[in-house]
Amino acid sequence: MTERKPPAIEIDAVTKRFKTDVALDAVSLSVAEGETLALFGPSGAGKTVLLRVIAGLVEADAGRIRIGGRDMDDVPPEERGVGMAFQNFALFPHMSAFDNIASPLTARRQSGEALRAGVEKLATMLKIGHVLGQAPKALSNGQKQRTALARALAGGPRTLLLDDPLRNVDAKLRFEMRLELPRLLAREKATTIYVTQDYREAMALGDRIAVLEGGRVTQLGTPEEVYLAPATLSVARLFGDPAINTLKVTPQTDGQGPFVLLSDLRAPLDDGLSHAAGRPCVLGLRPEAVRFTEAGAPGAVAVTVEAETPLNEKTVTLVTTKRGREILVSRPAGTPGPAEGAAHIAVDSAHALLFDAETGARIAPRETTRRGAAA
Amino acid sequence: MDHASPMTRWLKGLALTLVVIFFMFPILWIVLMSFQTNETILRMPPSVVFTPTLENYQALITGKLVSSAGVLEIQFMRNLMNSVILSVCSVALSLLLGVPAAYAFARHKFRGSEDIAFTLLSFRFAPPLLVLLPLALYFQDLGLANTYIGLIWVYQLICLPLILWIVRGYFEDISPDVEHAYRLAGHSWFSTFRRIALPLAGPGIAAAGLLAFIFAWNNFVFALVLASADKQPVTVGALAFVTASGIQYGQIAAGIVLSIAPTLALALYAQRYLVEGLSLGAVKG
Repeated sequence: MTERKPPAIEIDAVTKRFKTDVALDAVSLSVAEGETLALFGPSGAGKTVLLRVIAGLVEADAGRIRIGGRDMDDVPPEERGVGMAFQNFALFPHMSAFDNIASPLTARRQSGEALRAGVEKLATMLKIGHVLGQAPKALSNGQKQRTALARALAGGPRTLLLDDPLRNVDAKLRFEMRLELPRLLAREKATTIYVTQDYREAMALGDRIAVLEGGRVTQLGTPEEVYLAPATLSVARLFGDPAINTLKVTPQTDGQGPFVLLSDLRAPLDDGLSHAAGRPCVLGLRPEAVRFTEAGAPGAVAVTVEAETPLNEKTVTLVTTKRGREILVSRPAGTPGPAEGAAHIAVDSAHALLFDAETGARIAPRETTRRGAAA
Repeated sequence: MDHASPMTRWLKGLALTLVVIFFMFPILWIVLMSFQTNETILRMPPSVVFTPTLENYQALITGKLVSSAGVLEIQFMRNLMNSVILSVCSVALSLLLGVPAAYAFARHKFRGSEDIAFTLLSFRFAPPLLVLLPLALYFQDLGLANTYIGLIWVYQLICLPLILWIVRGYFEDISPDVEHAYRLAGHSWFSTFRRIALPLAGPGIAAAGLLAFIFAWNNFVFALVLASADKQPVTVGALAFVTASGIQYGQIAAGIVLSIAPTLALALYAQRYLVEGLSLGAVKG
């Protein structure tokens, strides 16, 4: 990252409108050589459009795309050196899996033994060697997806665009591929943009994540940054399952530092947040940033236990405060939970996020001398 | 279907038989007529028992129509050849022009594209006679009257809109991503058109071409006005069977059999393309 090379992909203020709908609103991003950027966002955010603009399949209204430092303005898709896997696979229905995968090689006039070897090497790596002779119609969704991926990789592209390739495959395969893909991408050494609607995929595969909402990049950062320090409330809501708890609060401050009132009791906040006192805010609490505690413990808030849902690796409990505000609490499965009825929770102040109620922007803690002592 | 009662099955069979008889009887009757002389055809009451004769076919193929009034020259085989030339060339030209145009209309929405496409379609609903008379005058001046080229040109009014609109639908049914994927693999747009769009729309193109061929083959009025004897197709040439000494039913029947044979053969051969064409949606990648 410290090298002075130009970024492998540079997206500069790209805007695209469809009639009056703005699909991309001055999006700028750059992807470093060999990096995997996860392009994450809800459906309709413009992820696929952006990918198509990069590939040259859709023409942008304004802005530039540079790949490897070269302006792509007048470069047709076939000359951009881009491999792409489509969400709907887009396999050639009248060709066998072999010919599908071979298509980038035939474009380079490869034939005979070299072509066969190239296709078979990829097919073996992706475990579809045994179905190469079959038509796409005869393949399972998982095999189709691997064929599409092999086709995207076959040309040895410097740039790899993957449009939600795991969307249409079953849960088991998606899990397998989520583990397998990073290895594959590392081996190919291609600069990759990976579009997904699944935050887990984005976090598992992306070196960095770009969050796209309504045609704008609302946050760009490492998975940790995006998860732990979301730029806005909506970014916070897009990451995490169950979703983050959001409570309308007005922080106050006293001699012991800033706090919010939950069930009329004092739930302390990070010391650096004193400056938010008196402002209408939204408190974002990830379910795992809330834990059950004893009555009388510091920062304990009285709640009523409403329902409990055991998930595989964690148990999620719905509790309500005295004022009827609902909070989800998550704890690792197998750890003791609260009894029915009344219980107490404590908020992990270091992981409590505060957002401006009006703009949705996160209010970052300021450096204070006392900070750290509270944790 | 399997658990339908025997009664329903029986009724269904009966209904199908009736439909088949309804549609096939005239054709069967024509075939029978073509092996009879005028006398046996016209006897009362009609009967299916007769001594078959090949003299109708013989007359058509040799071009000598023997009737009570003497020997008449007819050009049936020439007419048949004209039909073949006109229909094949018209459809070929229409495919050459119409398929790329259909692709353009399906893939590129440009200003006025819908209007142009619709204008081309509207040629199909103008009454032919409306354009024919002025066209006949122009053709005289241009020297196109009574030429194959002139007729093939006019036949584009029949074939081109049909092919354009049918094939356009087939192109639109192909997912653009399939073509995008081929281009990203490094192929030019033309090679994408040739290797992806054309084969995938192939059944549709075959179906449209077949339909256009049938329409061109059956056309009567264009050739009636614009062509004289040596360029006339069978549809017009059949008028020659109405002679001074009466209507030659036997020869007419034989003429019909010979003239429907090519289209029938083509339809039977291309049947699988027609069916494939209709189920194109099922093979989308």
